[in-house]
Amino acid sequence: MNRSLSLRDAALADMAGIRARHPTVFLPLPASRLGALLLCAAALGLLVFGLWRLDFSPARLVDGFAQLFHFLGLMIPPDPGTWSRTVLILKGLAETLAIALLGTLGAAILAFPLGFLAARNTSINRAVQFLSRRMLDGVRGIDALIWALIWVSVVGLGPFAGVLAILTSDIGTFGKLFSEAIEAADRKPVEGVTASGGGKLHGIRFGVLPAVLPVMAGHVLYMFESNTRSSTIIGIVGAGGIGLMLSEMIRTLEWNVVSFIVLLILVTVAVIDAMSGRLRAALAGARPA
Amino acid sequence: MATALTHLPDDRLSELLHGYRAASRGQRRRALILALTIAALVLLAGHVAEVDLGRLWQHGGAFFGYFDRVTMLESGAGRVWTDPAEWFWGWRKWSLLLADTLLIAYVGTALGAAGGFVLSFCAASNLVRNPWARGAARRFLEFCRTVPDIVFALIFVIAFGLGPLPGVLAIAIHSMGALGKLFSEVVENIDMKPMEGASAAGASWAAVVRYAVVPQVLPNFASYALLRFEVNVRQASVLGFVGAGGIGQDLIEAIRKFYYNDVAALLLLIILTVMLIDLGTERLRHRLIGAMEARA
Repeated sequence: MNRSLSLRDAALADMAGIRARHPTVFLPLPASRLGALLLCAAALGLLVFGLWRLDFSPARLVDGFAQLFHFLGLMIPPDPGTWSRTVLILKGLAETLAIALLGTLGAAILAFPLGFLAARNTSINRAVQFLSRRMLDGVRGIDALIWALIWVSVVGLGPFAGVLAILTSDIGTFGKLFSEAIEAADRKPVEGVTASGGGKLHGIRFGVLPAVLPVMAGHVLYMFESNTRSSTIIGIVGAGGIGLMLSEMIRTLEWNVVSFIVLLILVTVAVIDAMSGRLRAALAGARPA
Repeated sequence: MATALTHLPDDRLSELLHGYRAASRGQRRRALILALTIAALVLLAGHVAEVDLGRLWQHGGAFFGYFDRVTMLESGAGRVWTDPAEWFWGWRKWSLLLADTLLIAYVGTALGAAGGFVLSFCAASNLVRNPWARGAARRFLEFCRTVPDIVFALIFVIAFGLGPLPGVLAIAIHSMGALGKLFSEVVENIDMKPMEGASAAGASWAAVVRYAVVPQVLPNFASYALLRFEVNVRQASVLGFVGAGGIGQDLIEAIRKFYYNDVAALLLLIILTVMLIDLGTERLRHRLIGAMEARA
C-alpha cells in the first residue's frame, strides 16, 4: 500500500517531466479519435435529419404508444373465436408450411445448375460466370413480396402464387450460396480426377459434388427455416398462407385472434428451428472430416 | 520393361464385391427412405398449396410475357430503354421516395442497433449472472426477431397512422431482435481478462462494460449493423405495401393498376439501389475487418 502510494506521489511530482516525455498521450484529441468523432457526428446528424424528415413528432409518438398499449391489453387472452375460424387458421398454417417446403426445394433444384455456372472454378467461361452472377444478384434484389405480387397477377390468387414467389426469390439466394460453396471446395480431388483421365464433368461429379453436397443440404435446411418466416407474411398480398388471415384480423381489429395467430406462428417457427437445427447438426457430424 | 496388371482371382473378387455391397446397403436404404419421405412430403405439400402444374404450363408464358409487357412503351413505339425520358417520367418523385426508403432503413437500423446494443449486454451469459434477467432479455429479443417486420408495420400503421413512422419503428424493433442476438453472441466470445482487470480495480458493472467490453466488440457490432442495414433496405422497399412509407407504396399501386412502365422503372431503381448499397457496405465491412486484424 505504502509503496504504491509513494509511486503515485513520485509520478505526480514529476508531472511536467512525464508530459514532456510522452506528449501524444496528453493530447486532448488524437487525430484518429478526431476522425471517428466526426464520423459519429455525421451519423448522428443524419439520424436527426431522418427523424425530422420521417415525421417523428413527440405528440404522435405518445399518442401511438398509448394506442399500442391499448391494443396490447385487448390482445389478452389469445383466442381464435369460433371453431370454424380456428380451422381456417390451421389451414392457413398448413399452407404456409407447404409453401415454404415446396418453394425451398424447387428453388434448390433450379439453383443447383446455376450455382455451378456462377462459380469461378466450374463455370464454362468468364462471360457465363459473370452473367449468371449478375442475374442471380438481380433476382435476389427483388423481395419475395414483390415476386408474390407479380406471380399473383400471373397465376391468380392462392398459395400456388406463394410457392412460385418463394421459389423465384430463393433461386438468387441459393445460386449465390451454392456458388460460394463450390468455390470454397478443395481443388485436390478435382486434380486427382483430371490426373486419372477424367474430363471436366467427371471432375465436377466426382471431385466437387461429394464435398459440396452436405454444405448445400445445410443451406437448404437453413433457408427452409427462413422461408417459414417469409411465407407467413406472403399472404398479405394474397399469395396464400396464414398471412392473409393475419392481415385481415389486424385490419378488422380482432386483437384476440391476432395474438392467437402470432403465438401460433412463434410456436411453429420455434419447432421448425429446433427440428432443422438438429438435422443440420447431424449433417455436420456426418460430413467426412 | 514389361508391365502386367495383377488380376485377383474371380472368387476373391466376388467376395470383395459382396462385402462392399453389404457395407453400402444400409447407407443406400437410408438414402432411399429419406428420398421417399421427402417425396411424400412434397406430394402432401403440393396438395395443400394447390399446386397446379397445368395452370403454370398455361400461364407460365404469361410470367415472361409480363416482363415483355412491362418493358414495352405504352405508346407501343418500342422498348422502354429507347425512350428513357418517357420511361422515367416520374424520376423526381421516385428518387425522393427512394431517398426516403434509404432513410427509413437507416433510422430503423440505427434505432434497432442502439436497442440491441443495450439489450445484448443484458442477454450475455458472461456479464449477467442472474438467469431470470438473462432469460427475459433473450425471450424478448427472440419475440422481436421472429415476428416479421411487416406484421409489426401492419399493427403500427393502425396505432400511429399511415406514413414512414410505423415503418421505421417496425424495422427498428425487428432489427433490435436480430442484432441483439448477434451482439450478445459477440459479447459472449470476448477475452475475459480485461473485464477481470477492470473489476479487480473496483470498476462498477457499467464501467466494466464501458472500458473492458465495448472496445473489444465495437468493430464486430458495426459490421453486423452494416449487414443489417443491407437487409433493411430491401425490407423498407416493401413496407409501403401496407402503407408504412417508402417506395413500396408506388410500386404496389403500379403493379395493381397495371402501370407497366412504372413497374419496370421502379423495379430497376430498387434493384440498382440494393446492389449499390450491397457493394458499399461490403467495402466498408472489409475495411472494418481489415482494421480489426491490423489491431490484433
